[in-house]
Amino acid sequence: MRYLFETEEHALLRKSIRGFADVHIAPFSAEWEEAEEFPKELYAKAGAAGVLGVSYPEQFGGGGGDITHAIAAGDEMIMRGRSVGVTVGIGSHGIALPPIIRLGTDAQRDRFVRPVLKGEKVSALAITEPSGGSDVARLKTRARRDGDHFVVTGSKTFITSGVRADFVTTAVRTGGDGHGGVSILVIEKGTPGFTVSRSLKKTGWWASDTAELSFDECRVPVGNLIGEENQGFYAVMVNFVAERVMLASQCVAISQLAYDEAVAYAKQREAFGKPIMGYQVLRHKLADMASRIAAARALVSELATRHVRGDEASGLAAMTKNVATDCCSFVCDGAVQIFGGYGYMRETLVERLYRDARLYPIGGGTREIMNEIICKTEGY
Amino acid sequence: MKILVPLKRVSDPDNANKVKVTGGKLDASGLEWKPNPFDEYAVEAALRLTENGTNTKARVGEVVVVTFGPKEAETTLRAALATGADKAIRIDALDDALDGDVVARALKALVDKEKPDLVLLGKQAVDGDSNQVGQLLAEYLGWPQATFAASIKSNADKALIVSREVDGGALNLKLTLPAVVSVDLRIVAPKSVTSIHTPATHTYPDGVRFAALMAIMAAKKKPMTEVKLADLVTDAATKIKYTGFELPPSRKAGIKVKTVAELVEKLKNEAKAL
Repeated sequence: MRYLFETEEHALLRKSIRGFADVHIAPFSAEWEEAEEFPKELYAKAGAAGVLGVSYPEQFGGGGGDITHAIAAGDEMIMRGRSVGVTVGIGSHGIALPPIIRLGTDAQRDRFVRPVLKGEKVSALAITEPSGGSDVARLKTRARRDGDHFVVTGSKTFITSGVRADFVTTAVRTGGDGHGGVSILVIEKGTPGFTVSRSLKKTGWWASDTAELSFDECRVPVGNLIGEENQGFYAVMVNFVAERVMLASQCVAISQLAYDEAVAYAKQREAFGKPIMGYQVLRHKLADMASRIAAARALVSELATRHVRGDEASGLAAMTKNVATDCCSFVCDGAVQIFGGYGYMRETLVERLYRDARLYPIGGGTREIMNEIICKTEGY
Repeated sequence: MKILVPLKRVSDPDNANKVKVTGGKLDASGLEWKPNPFDEYAVEAALRLTENGTNTKARVGEVVVVTFGPKEAETTLRAALATGADKAIRIDALDDALDGDVVARALKALVDKEKPDLVLLGKQAVDGDSNQVGQLLAEYLGWPQATFAASIKSNADKALIVSREVDGGALNLKLTLPAVVSVDLRIVAPKSVTSIHTPATHTYPDGVRFAALMAIMAAKKKPMTEVKLADLVTDAATKIKYTGFELPPSRKAGIKVKTVAELVEKLKNEAKAL
């Protein structure tokens, strides 16, 4: 089902993304998820097809769309590609590039944004550290100024696409304690002292790589500082609203996919002499699932529309993320239950979606942090 | 080369079960529209003939798409513009006031105005499956025609070698332009269309091309004109009169057999197919 904000352009875009996902992702999705990796060539293919640049300005090689286009495209990637891991892995620039676009110089945008949208380079965003994720203002990775360089020491973890990233948009501490001492540096692969210390094994999102990164006296040219020194905190926080819109919309797509699978299965699976769809208890379960998806979709629609309009929407984004992640957990759990024993088997799509769903109440701000934001914006 | 590609929107074949018949008339409400797949293949073939495949942005010819229908039918045209067609024309008409003959006569009048070197179209629309417009149009124009093209070779833009799949092989026809060619599904295979503008080594992706968002946005700025059907044909009467519609009888659900022996038994005694 389409979002309320969608126009004829979105319909044409969906058709294009569907064409890409049908040919380049769907036939391989199960294999890539099990291999915990998708081929790096997919970036170039997606770049050439305009898949990576959908919501980026034309002047940097993007498609000139806004977040509503990104949502429609992401919907098709998940629904037709049938691999959440590939969608989020190939989309890691969705969080890595916005700070550079918002605060970077033209030269920095040419160096970092263009090649990523073409699929020539892989980018990642690094904020979370082993000692803490939610508390951005207290991050510890240190960047000390030394002549024309920042010398970075520390580590980052749970970094999507971090293993293969050609550069990492990294939040570092250049100043004193608290949010006033945070800056953003682009740290490039091959910089001495920058290593991928671990490739992490996860519950879901298998086809996307996730890394722990380590910086040991890593010398980063001052030209890689994005925006003003010690002004990075705000850029990180603004980015979160868009990230949460996208995460919430992924939840809607995953839920819809799991629901569709469950409906199809319930129609053909027989128990006690008739299709299990013939049992009211099961039909009501599906009706509840459908209702939760409709609610989450409506909220994503409202949030996206307000975000595009420029409304301050951090509270609504937090609410939407929680509603959508709850929907996704509920629907995927219900789908696994409907599939019964097959739902517990790795060969079944809903089993994988059930694992993928577990990320969403954690990543991009936990369910609890979302509630804290809601408390603040509600004024208590 | 200038190519005219007539397009038709058809109700989504994947939702054929949504078609309703009310009072002996087809009820199109609630149907989703899609471009006729064979017409999409014709657009793809036309684009391949008017570009260098290694740099598709630099056009070396013109593709004009045309459709018949109400304002909403412009969606079909804009989709074609987004994939690369240069100009669109909508002939304002109601879907149920058309048949293959009046469409062919109107297209003849349009061809006289637009003067394309080639009319390229799908072999048939997947709704009515009439398979008439291309043939009638060629007759009215007095132009050579080749139907069900599986491959097209453009020779210096003056003549075409069109290969048609027939029982037991391929039939190659040489046509001097201007001409009318209708295409079959294999026309979108990677090497089906060759022209002097694209190096022989170039391989297209299988199937029709998809538009990137930038092209979708840019398509809104491409020329789209409206022509009244009455401006093209003085006599808009259709030759085909529909007297009524009814849905086919619903089919009974199939059965599953457990063994080959049971299957053979049923084929022999129940279906009497053996």
